[in-house]
Amino acid sequence: MALRNEAPAQVATVAVFRHRTLADREDLLGRLMLAPAMAYVLLLVGAPLVLALLLSFSAATAGSLSFSWVGLRNFATIVSDPQFHSALSNTVLFTVVSQALVVILATAGAFVLDAAFVGRRLVRFLILLPWAAPVSLAAMAWTWIFDSTFSVINWTLKVAGVLHGWFYWFGDPTLAKIAIIAVHVWRTFPFATVIVLAGRASIPRDISEAAVIDGAGFWRKLFQVEMPLLLPIVTVAVLFGVVFTSTDLGIVYLLTRGGPYNSTHVLASLAFQRGILGADLGQGAAIALFLLPVLIVVAAAMLRLARRTEVGT
Amino acid sequence: MTARRALRIVRRAILYVAATAFTVFAVMPFYWMILTAFKTNQDLYVGATDLSHVPWIFNQRPTLEHVKLLLAHTPYLTWVENTVFIGALVVLLTLIAAVPAGYSLARLTGRWGERLGIGIFLTYLIPPTLLFIPFARVIAMLGLQNSVWALVLVYPTFTIPFCTWLMMGFFRSVPRDIEDQAMIDGYSRAAVIRKIVLPLAISGILTVVIFAFTLVMQDFVYALTFISSVGKMTVSLGVPVALVRGDVFYWGSLMAACLITSIPIAVVYNLFIDRFIAGLTAGALKG
Amino acid sequence: MAYVETRNLQKYFGDVRAVDGVDLAVAEGELIVLLGPSGCGKTTLMRMIAGLEQPTAGEIYIAGERVDEDIPPRARGIAMVFQSYALYPHKTAYDNIAFPLEALRRARSFIRDAVQKAAGMFGIGHLLGRRPRQLSGGERQRVALARAVVRSPRVFLFDEPLSNLDAKLRAVARFELKQFQRQLGTTTIYVTHDQVEAMGLGDRIAVMDRGKVRQVGSPQEVYENPADTFVATFLGSPPMNLVEWSGDTILGFRPENFLPKAVFATDDGVVSFRLRVREVEHLGASRLVYGMLEERVRTDQPVIADLPVTIRTPIAEGEVYDFAVARRALRHFDARTGLGQYDGAT
Repeated sequence: MALRNEAPAQVATVAVFRHRTLADREDLLGRLMLAPAMAYVLLLVGAPLVLALLLSFSAATAGSLSFSWVGLRNFATIVSDPQFHSALSNTVLFTVVSQALVVILATAGAFVLDAAFVGRRLVRFLILLPWAAPVSLAAMAWTWIFDSTFSVINWTLKVAGVLHGWFYWFGDPTLAKIAIIAVHVWRTFPFATVIVLAGRASIPRDISEAAVIDGAGFWRKLFQVEMPLLLPIVTVAVLFGVVFTSTDLGIVYLLTRGGPYNSTHVLASLAFQRGILGADLGQGAAIALFLLPVLIVVAAAMLRLARRTEVGT
Repeated sequence: MTARRALRIVRRAILYVAATAFTVFAVMPFYWMILTAFKTNQDLYVGATDLSHVPWIFNQRPTLEHVKLLLAHTPYLTWVENTVFIGALVVLLTLIAAVPAGYSLARLTGRWGERLGIGIFLTYLIPPTLLFIPFARVIAMLGLQNSVWALVLVYPTFTIPFCTWLMMGFFRSVPRDIEDQAMIDGYSRAAVIRKIVLPLAISGILTVVIFAFTLVMQDFVYALTFISSVGKMTVSLGVPVALVRGDVFYWGSLMAACLITSIPIAVVYNLFIDRFIAGLTAGALKG
Repeated sequence: MAYVETRNLQKYFGDVRAVDGVDLAVAEGELIVLLGPSGCGKTTLMRMIAGLEQPTAGEIYIAGERVDEDIPPRARGIAMVFQSYALYPHKTAYDNIAFPLEALRRARSFIRDAVQKAAGMFGIGHLLGRRPRQLSGGERQRVALARAVVRSPRVFLFDEPLSNLDAKLRAVARFELKQFQRQLGTTTIYVTHDQVEAMGLGDRIAVMDRGKVRQVGSPQEVYENPADTFVATFLGSPPMNLVEWSGDTILGFRPENFLPKAVFATDDGVVSFRLRVREVEHLGASRLVYGMLEERVRTDQPVIADLPVTIRTPIAEGEVYDFAVARRALRHFDARTGLGQYDGAT
């Protein structure tokens, strides 16, 4: 057969590259291709993280490159600082309240977006806007919405007859905190909604249908069938939300700069004020490090979840 | 029968009310941006105590004054240029590192690659808040204070881990048989990646480009920490920090800037969100 | 020397011995089928020959040259067809078939001629402009075969290439596959779990179980003289009857050789059994008789008889009958090791 007659020529052509080269060596190729990313992460995430630890034990300033060991002095200073206490409790408050609201909104939002109705795609697009827009620009829009003189919220409440006095949003500690939480909720609920929506889509329809056939009512179906199945994915959304909210600097910085009377500082904004504006890197690093336990807990939870789903699949 | 129909109608009504409520909540600030950006100052700066003046609508003809002011008399366009410049370089660095790493973790490194992949993903959880202080020190040592290069250097610290994870998911969704087939058809592993895997992962790569760029646009903290001259700022730093002159806010131009910047990003982001979620979940499931 | 040969080939995945010391010799031009249940190691064995898996230990030779250490898959001169066909989804049928030739840096005109010829062989000349998702299952399979043929490989490797086709198409495709393999005379290794496919296609069959080759032989050999009880029961549908006979021997006989005693002309060379019939299935061309032996060693051993329609003896459920097997159709196996005894043990 003609095709077979070509064989010798073919072997000759291949002969030049016949043996294993680097392009064939999967183990070496694998390491080589991973190297740039690993190097970047180790040098510019790993090393700075260690440096953050070192700085927190030093009296380093932004201006000079000197580095003097002061032991636990930075920690002693901040632990006895009432402003640190309020920053810590604000961080917890903002995170817990906003994420609790986000869970409720995101679950409800996913229900809505999962239903078939006219204009669903448009609604989905619009609901995602807050997450997609750059956070600092969105924060500016909210600053303007909460403006003490021109607040459109005040106008609306007045017209509705709900508000009798006047809300000085960023002049009152309680109102300022409410405003900050509102913006956090507004910003993170779209992301959580999309994640929960993806989770709902992955729940097999027949489970849900079987529950209906078994005679489960809407609420029983919701709490006994759908909720347990959704729990892992909701947890993922919450974990991301906790990280984004607890470490956020932009919203507090742009809305209130920590005011009024330093009453709305969070760890991130206080660390920025002390470390960068106040040029005391050591103290700034020490303040920021208080976020580390939160992140470690979140990371551990993520790993456990990942392992569970691995077993499940 | 009628009770059932009534129930259905009530359910429908609840659904539409809920959908409307969610949409209004999400969109309100953007609607407010539009109003502010195109209202005349006379229409705009009416105190909210004047209940007869409705702020939710245009009471006078819309104007382009604020947009003109923004484009002609503010550094906005310079900030856009800076952002695009930084964004392009960061995207490039991210692709160079994350695409090969994603493939390596998906196919070449076996079991320990799986663990390493999760490790790399977890570094994405380390927030700027924890790193901006040591970075201030590192940037100072490198002499990059107040330079856009500081941002080019720092932004890949969050784009690379995240995009590596995404790419890993996309590469895992390419059937392994096809790669094996190409190796038997006469190609080395490296040639298979070039001729088969990359063409099949092109939409994944596009997703990564979009998300790396979006992450760059989202950053405020690093820009605030490293950049102090107005001429070197990015959009998301310059608009909130440097459009404010003294105590007077130019709200019209400011909201115009927010609007012009946010909407295109939001649209593109929206187009890719499904691929993005697919990449995230594919990365999480074992291939 | 054999054309493709493995020597004590092993592959462990952690503690799992996927392939556990396989010595296989494939002659030039032969079509050998690797047959076994899923997880028996047949696919891993083939992937090692292809170079897609690195052996844990052992050697592989193709055309007398050792390939396992330093020759990557691309240089082994093989072609493979996967169960999924593994067509490149972003390439047209033409580009799919041309792809192996491009690797060899052939001239464009040469590639065009070769692709046309290969496509002609499988009657897909009119489909060359289409993408894989625009092709039916049967058409995809043909594109995959054309792509395998086009580079004139030294060895074909087929990994269950017919199991994604529907039953009707499969019989035709099997026939065609055999035809073109004969025509080209290319050495072929074919993996399947389907014994009908294996019997129909193979010049020889290698039956595998738990990482080991249990028996290699012509379809007739492995069917008639199974090397052990595994092969005896894996081949044949229904499988060979195995009954405990004496303490250390298991007796084996095929259902189609197990017939009413009245069918046999004489008692010479015949071993008879008492059979209590439990159920009779009428399958059109034959009757399947399920029953229990009523014999001295044990009375509860289930057996099956497969009677062709030509045997009209009436058989009722619940009754006891005399059945028999010709002595030469009896096989003996060691009760402990399961190995067949073929040296005058009868």
